[in-house]
Amino acid sequence: MNLYYYASPSTFYPLAGKLIPWFAALALALTVAGLYISFFVAPTDFQQGEGYRIIFIHVPAAWMSMFIYVVMAFWSAIGLAWNTRLSFVMARALAPTGAMFTFVALWTGAFWGKPMWGAWWVWDARLTSELILFFLYVGVMALQAAIDDPRRSDRAGALLNLVGVINVPIIYFSVKWWNTLHQGSSVSLTRAPSMAHIMLWGMLIMALAAWMYAIAVALVRARSLILERERQTDWVGALLEAKS
Amino acid sequence: MNWDSWEAFWAMGGYGLYVWGSFGVTLLCIAGEVWLLRRHRLQTWQRLKRMKAWEPQ
Amino acid sequence: MLKFLFTVIRRDVLLAARRRGDWLTAQFFFVMVVSMFPLGVGPEPTMLRTIGPGVVWVAALLASLLSLGRLFADDYRDGTLEQMLLCPYPNTLLALGKAIAHWIINGIPLLLIAPVLGIQFNLPPEALLILVLSLAIGTPILSLLGSIGAALTLGLRGGGVLVTLLILPLYVPALIFGAGAVEGVISGTGAEAHLSLLGAFLMMSLLLAPWVSAMALKVSVE
Repeated sequence: MNLYYYASPSTFYPLAGKLIPWFAALALALTVAGLYISFFVAPTDFQQGEGYRIIFIHVPAAWMSMFIYVVMAFWSAIGLAWNTRLSFVMARALAPTGAMFTFVALWTGAFWGKPMWGAWWVWDARLTSELILFFLYVGVMALQAAIDDPRRSDRAGALLNLVGVINVPIIYFSVKWWNTLHQGSSVSLTRAPSMAHIMLWGMLIMALAAWMYAIAVALVRARSLILERERQTDWVGALLEAKS
Repeated sequence: MNWDSWEAFWAMGGYGLYVWGSFGVTLLCIAGEVWLLRRHRLQTWQRLKRMKAWEPQ
Repeated sequence: MLKFLFTVIRRDVLLAARRRGDWLTAQFFFVMVVSMFPLGVGPEPTMLRTIGPGVVWVAALLASLLSLGRLFADDYRDGTLEQMLLCPYPNTLLALGKAIAHWIINGIPLLLIAPVLGIQFNLPPEALLILVLSLAIGTPILSLLGSIGAALTLGLRGGGVLVTLLILPLYVPALIFGAGAVEGVISGTGAEAHLSLLGAFLMMSLLLAPWVSAMALKVSVE
C-alpha cells in the first residue's frame, strides 16, 4: 500500500476520521486499566504513603510533553524539507496537546512536591526544564498565532520548533548543572529507589493511554485545520453539501 | 484491595488534597481540551456553511 | 565574500552611529533595570553580592532583546532587506554580519557599563573581571540567537514582546553559565568550567545561528 496516498488532505481527512474512534477507545481502555493499577493494585509506598500515586500522572505527562515536542519537530522538519502541507498541519495540531501535558506535569509536580518536600515549587533540574519546555511550546503557538499568512505561519513555527528541539538537550544539561551546583541536598523528584515493578507498569500503561489520547486529539484538531485550509476545494464543498 | 472503606479512599492516607488535586486538575485539563476541540470543530463547520451560502452562484 | 560581510557590518554600525538615541536607550535601560533590584530587595551588601551576577546578566539579556526589534525591521520596511537577500552572496553571511553589527552596537557598551554596575552590587575585583569576560563571551550569543528571533518576527504586530517570549528560553544556558562563572569566582570554586561551556555554546551559536536566521529571513520576507 502506498502510504504517500494519504499525504493529500482529501485522502487523509476520511482516514483520520475512521481512526479517531479507535484511538479514543484505546485511550479510554488504557486509562481505566492504568487508574485501576494506580489506586487498587499498586501498594502503599513505605516512605511516601499514598501521596506517591501522583507519579502515575506526573511521569506519563512529563514523558508525553517531551515526546510530543520531538514528534512536532519531526513533522516540522519534514514540512520544511519537502514542503508538504499536511506535515505542518500535524505539527500545528500537536502543539496545544503538548502544552497541556507540560502544564499537567508542572502542576502535578508541584502537588507532589508540597507534601514530600514542603514546598509548592522546587527548582530541581527536571521541573525547571519542564517549565522552560512549557515556554517553548507557548513561544511556538504565540508565533503562529501572530502571523496571518498560513504559509509563513507554518514555516516560522516549524523553524522555531526545530531550534527549540536542538536546544532542549543543552537547556536540560545547563539546568542540571545549575541545579547540582546550587543544591547540596539530594532532592530528586524522580528518585524512586525501590520502584516496584507494578509501579513501573502503572506508569507505562498511563503513558500509553496518554499517547493514544494525544493521537486521537491531534487527529481531530488536524481535521478541523484541514477543513479550514481546504475550504475552497471541491471535496470540502461536497462535504458541506452532504452536511446541510 | 488497598482500601478498607470509601472514606479511606478519598482521604488517601492524609494526602487527599494533593492526590485528588492532581488527578482532578488533569481531568479538568483533558475535559477542557476535548470541549474546546469540539467547539472549534463546530465553529469551523458553521463558518464554512455561512461562507458557502454567501457564495455568488 | 569577506568584503560583503564587512560592508554589512560597516553599514549597520554607521547607521547606528548616526542615530545615537536608539542604542543609548538600550544602555540606559540596562542601567535602570539593574538599579531597580536593590530598591526591590533591599541594600544589604552580602545579599546584593549573591544576586549581583544574576541580576546584571538578566538585565543584559533584556537590554539585548530590547534592541533586537530594529535588527532587520528598518531594512525590511524600506525594501533594502529584500535587495540584500537577492545579492549573490550567501544570506548566511548577511545574517552573520547583522549579528556582529548588533554586538558591536549593543553588546560592547554593555561590557563597558557592566563593571560599574558590578561595583554597585559589591562584587570583588576578580568577580568584576570574570563578569566582563563572561559577558564578552555571552553577548555575542545573545546577538546571534536574537537574530533568529528578530528574523522570525519580522513585521509582526506582537513586536518586541513576542521576540522576548521566543528567545528567552533559548538564552537560559548562556545565563546559567555566564552568571554561574561569576558566582564560581566569588565562592572560590572557579570559573573555568562555566566559561568553557559558555565558549562552547558560543561556537555552536556561531555555526548554526546565522544559517537558521537566513532561513527565517527567507520565510518572513517571501
